[in-house]
Amino acid sequence: MADNNIKSMLPETSETTHGRHHIKLSEDSLAKQTTTLNLGPTHPATHGVFQNILEVDGERILHTDPTIGYIHRAFEKIAERRPYYQVTPLTDRLNYCSAAINNIGWHLTVEKLVGIQTPKRVDYLRVIIMELARIADHLVCNSVIGVDTGALTGFTYVFQYREKIYDIWEEICGSRLTTNIGRFGGFERNFNQAAWDKLDDFMRTFPHAFEEFQILLDRNRIFMERCMGAGPITAEKALSYSVTGPNLRAAGVDYDVRVSNPYCSYEDFDFKIPIGTTGDVYDRYMVRNTEIWESFSIIQQAIEKIKDLDPSIYHADVPDFYLPEKKDVYTKMESLIYHFKIVMGEINILPGEVYHAVEGGNGELGYYLISDGGRSPYRLHFRRPCFIYYQIYPEIIKGGLLSDAVVTLSSLNVIAGELDA
Amino acid sequence: MLLMQIDWLFLIEKIGLITIILLISLGIAAYATWGERKVAAVMQDRIGPARAGIFGLLQPLADGGKLFFKEEIIPQSASKIIFVLGPAMFMVTALMTSAIIPWGPSFEVGGRIISLQVADINIGILFIFGVVSLGVYGIMLGGWASNNKYSLLSSIRAASQSISYELAMGISLIALLMLTGTLSLHDIVEQQHGFWADGYFTWNFFKQPLGFFIFLVCAFAELNRAPFDLPECESELNMGFHLEYSSMKLGLYLFAEYINMFISSAVMATLFFGGYNYPGMDWVAAHAPQWLFVLSGVTAFFIKIIAFILFFMLIRWTLPRFRYDQLMKLGWKSLIPLALINMLITGGVALWLGK
Repeated sequence: MADNNIKSMLPETSETTHGRHHIKLSEDSLAKQTTTLNLGPTHPATHGVFQNILEVDGERILHTDPTIGYIHRAFEKIAERRPYYQVTPLTDRLNYCSAAINNIGWHLTVEKLVGIQTPKRVDYLRVIIMELARIADHLVCNSVIGVDTGALTGFTYVFQYREKIYDIWEEICGSRLTTNIGRFGGFERNFNQAAWDKLDDFMRTFPHAFEEFQILLDRNRIFMERCMGAGPITAEKALSYSVTGPNLRAAGVDYDVRVSNPYCSYEDFDFKIPIGTTGDVYDRYMVRNTEIWESFSIIQQAIEKIKDLDPSIYHADVPDFYLPEKKDVYTKMESLIYHFKIVMGEINILPGEVYHAVEGGNGELGYYLISDGGRSPYRLHFRRPCFIYYQIYPEIIKGGLLSDAVVTLSSLNVIAGELDA
Repeated sequence: MLLMQIDWLFLIEKIGLITIILLISLGIAAYATWGERKVAAVMQDRIGPARAGIFGLLQPLADGGKLFFKEEIIPQSASKIIFVLGPAMFMVTALMTSAIIPWGPSFEVGGRIISLQVADINIGILFIFGVVSLGVYGIMLGGWASNNKYSLLSSIRAASQSISYELAMGISLIALLMLTGTLSLHDIVEQQHGFWADGYFTWNFFKQPLGFFIFLVCAFAELNRAPFDLPECESELNMGFHLEYSSMKLGLYLFAEYINMFISSAVMATLFFGGYNYPGMDWVAAHAPQWLFVLSGVTAFFIKIIAFILFFMLIRWTLPRFRYDQLMKLGWKSLIPLALINMLITGGVALWLGK
């Protein structure tokens, strides 16, 4: 469309005998044997804002035209104008189902750039937070597969336990969904007793509830029929698209950033990587379920390991990056200077280039950071797993039914916030 | 002279009965919505409606009031007459079936035998099938007239679903009719008198268990209830055929669905679970006053109906939904052959026993 006149873009209308306007269809639309169907941007199945323009023959999908960018917020560009610590809230809004992993991933990236060594206790606390986030993320994804197949009960049932995870985070950082948890070098405050109590409560009650959820869906014949064979991804295709996370593991490739490139002392933990065989919706669902149990065991190990460590340590000793205590700010000159420099974002980060990836809730979440010195990143790129999943999505739903497309979308765990950044 | 020939008492009796049944249907449908939300709440570890009245008991009234005062929107590209006709048709067909269901035992007042059945027509079951088949018109017209692709997809799903499942439903009932030898619902209920007679159960469920299960599955499909709620599946078609409806027209669709559930529970209780019959009813008839006997029969019938409604709800909040092709496969490749086999076996056994 060359001209910007909006009126010319609207379909022509013609007056009818009843004095009502009817939309005049274009000539070829009547001859066409297929239907164009807008799945989204506001459709209950998309769980976010993305559009799929489907060409359907009855219920069978012939062609898909996905649109990206409905909630593009230019995070990468904004990050170039912000001090490093102010980038953390931006990462919250990528995959908001597991915001804590994004926060800690960003902190680890900066720590890698400036060379901060964190104490073991900080690592273990971070592992607890990240694995809680993974459980929350997988719970949402798997229960939403249930919702999209029509079983709402499992969803509302396990959501209570996501709330419990949020309660734990609330004790640690004060917020629930977009956590902004932790600081460079550690946490802003130590875990209080309430946080430990809530964690204990979660660890005690969650297994039973999650078993019930699994009984409800895992071997349910209708659920299995719906999920098996829907939206399959072969290992070759997954690798050629650089699919990661549970979606790749469901295709049968045992790649997990926590094992292949251990960060945050993940090498100290003993856990399995579940893999699937066919890469269909059911495999992805089962891989996530198994990962929830593995995450649960990692948290148990971390709680055991922490018991032997000095309970007062919750951050690395890096005064350049970590805010001093408030009482020191009032009484000590160095602390006052550091406080001023950190809050005003005047920390000079040395030039460098670093890539750091963490195993996010739905795949490898990478941060590619270039610093040219100064207060903000020169360039920051988020490697967002959803962006890649959405590229493969049209290919795997083609030829399937409309219902498959909906279930496949939720099983890929595509999250609009992360897709568009 | 014509006026003299009319049995006025008969007319008054029937009009009274129709009014009561209509009110009960609407009341039960309204409280089924409340019940459904409470059942869902219990299953999902929630509280459910609790604000309007004690235990949220006024919730259906609040919902109804809200729907009446909502703005009524008719899409510009919808064909208006059919758009209005859709929900009306759905509601009418939902209410119509209640006319032939025997709600309780007949009783005598002042020499008149009053039967708690609006019309005892000798083709009762055929009437039910006819009306149930008409029910899909309401969905079809509404979805089509909305001029929305999702609605159209939904009404096509609904039409093909009811056509497919009516077949299995019909065949499963043929087996039952071989045993009863009558189409009249009144006679079928009378045959199931009591609970135990001649060394066997009198209720048809015990004579036709397979037939009952086929009928039950088909009833789920005919009602568009989960796991067969494809026409209105909210995750794919955004509520499907009533996507474009607002205000009380939407209310009629939602309401009629619960009336349908109530009526089909009543039909199942009548055909397979003895209607108003209950164990030990002869003893009650001999020892209790007549009004108590009638009341106990009606109560037994309603207990059966409510049990079925609860069963419908439990299933809805437990099972996921079928996919369209799986639904067709189940209907054509499993239920119809199964119903045919059931029919053959029933016929063979009936011949063998010399009935």
